[in-house]
Amino acid sequence: MDTAIQFVYVLSAALFVYGLKQLGSPATARRGNLVSSLGMLCAVVAALLDQGIVEYQWILAGFVVGGLLGAAAARLVQMTAMPEMVALFNGFGGMASLLVGWAALEGDASTFSLITIVLSIFIGGLTFTGSLVAYGKLSETIGSGAVLFRGQQIVNSLLVAAMFGSAVMFVNEPGNAQWLYILVGVALLFGIMAVIPIGGADMPVVISLLNSYSGLAACAAGFAINNNILIVAGSLVGASGIVLTRIMCKAMNRSLANVLFSGFGSVATATTKVSGEVKPINVEDAYYVLEAASNVAIVPGYGMAVAQAQHVVKELQELLESNGCEVNYGIHPVAGRMPGHMNVLLAEADVSYDLLMEMDDINPRMETVDVCIVIGANDVVNPAAREIESSPIYGMPIINVDHARSVFVLKRSMASGFAGIENPLFYKDNTRMLFGDAKESIGALIREFD
Amino acid sequence: MVPAEVFLTFILMLSIFLGLELIHKVPATLHTPLMSGSNAISGITLAGAVGLAGTGQQDLANWLAAGAVALASINVVGGYLVTDRMLAMFRKKGD
Repeated sequence: MDTAIQFVYVLSAALFVYGLKQLGSPATARRGNLVSSLGMLCAVVAALLDQGIVEYQWILAGFVVGGLLGAAAARLVQMTAMPEMVALFNGFGGMASLLVGWAALEGDASTFSLITIVLSIFIGGLTFTGSLVAYGKLSETIGSGAVLFRGQQIVNSLLVAAMFGSAVMFVNEPGNAQWLYILVGVALLFGIMAVIPIGGADMPVVISLLNSYSGLAACAAGFAINNNILIVAGSLVGASGIVLTRIMCKAMNRSLANVLFSGFGSVATATTKVSGEVKPINVEDAYYVLEAASNVAIVPGYGMAVAQAQHVVKELQELLESNGCEVNYGIHPVAGRMPGHMNVLLAEADVSYDLLMEMDDINPRMETVDVCIVIGANDVVNPAAREIESSPIYGMPIINVDHARSVFVLKRSMASGFAGIENPLFYKDNTRMLFGDAKESIGALIREFD
Repeated sequence: MVPAEVFLTFILMLSIFLGLELIHKVPATLHTPLMSGSNAISGITLAGAVGLAGTGQQDLANWLAAGAVALASINVVGGYLVTDRMLAMFRKKGD
């Protein structure tokens, strides 16, 4: 029986891998997700056939409670709220691994399995509280800014020391529950301390990293209970998070260490003097320019999500297209609050995915664009990244919207972006500012077309 | 016979490299569904938790594992459903 279970695990590992492979294209991705869920079903059914299981009521109770909560969340969540939901799920995954690692503790455990228990408790615990803090910041239940205080590094170093200390003591004396409790406490505290100094604009990096940790925690739990499938699936997730983290860091031209250890606020002290004049435009004039345009690029940012403007954007796209104009979208890797955030919102509004272009694809053709419409994006289109060496974002790859013949920036007011950096784009000769709520401004433009 | 620790570490090493290769091929447009889908996969802890939650001993380990079953089920069920909901929205013109 045990061998049969192990062979089913091999099958489900194959299904996970194949499912992820099919995520390589939007055309097959949905099938891939189905294949992956089939792999999960096989693994869970096989695990339930284990002869060590003598009663099913607690398993069933846990599954019903969790399943109902998960299904409700999946059905009810707004697409704009996906980042906080993913953050929360990362946290649950981490906590589940912590609990499994803890439950796996036996009197006669070997040193190797004690170390893996320590790892699953530690990674799982910090993933849990770190994700809760990330959730709070993303949903703005708590302030999204970086929390920095005097002596933070000392507190963190003490925590690291406490972590190693309690881990060593626990491995030496696994029978003494006190070390275990300290270990759990330190892990939970560490997660909080690791995420509070990171500001809202860096959240794409943080949730990618926590995503990776939730997988690695499952891996560690797999070692603790000697289970292959946990290790395979956990490391696939771990690898996925690592890849996304690297992409996000590269898109911000910052190292991971820089994101994790230096609150952005402390870097953004350099004041850059930008000369020039801001030129506002009204809806009517904007309409005349758009009406004459034959090539329009739309560059969305987090502001589009906040204003829930994706549906009106799609309406504007259709009007422009029926007017004989070519419309594309330019999407920066860190636009929004998580990797791919903008793509999901536009997909929700039924924008065809072949119109969504990555930064490296849209930049070379920016010179042929008549009008580039920037909706609620700021830092990712800031030419200071190319032009002003003293700027904190200097060197970051951006979408070169200023290379278009004209640029419309939809913006509430002249307040600077998340990072608090002046944006010379607003002062360029070819830039016009369309002030107001993005959704209302675009709505007004649409009415002009009628 | 290779010791179990070595064997498991081998599996870990190979699947991390496989994961890196696979994920590099996922286009940026699918990064959000990739994250929610991998949320669901990290719910694999469920497969480990059920074995510890059904031992029949009403001890601490049993309760901890039952909690793990509930949390991992949130990930598995919620993760796959929300990923499916998202991926259903990705359409090409004319589909």
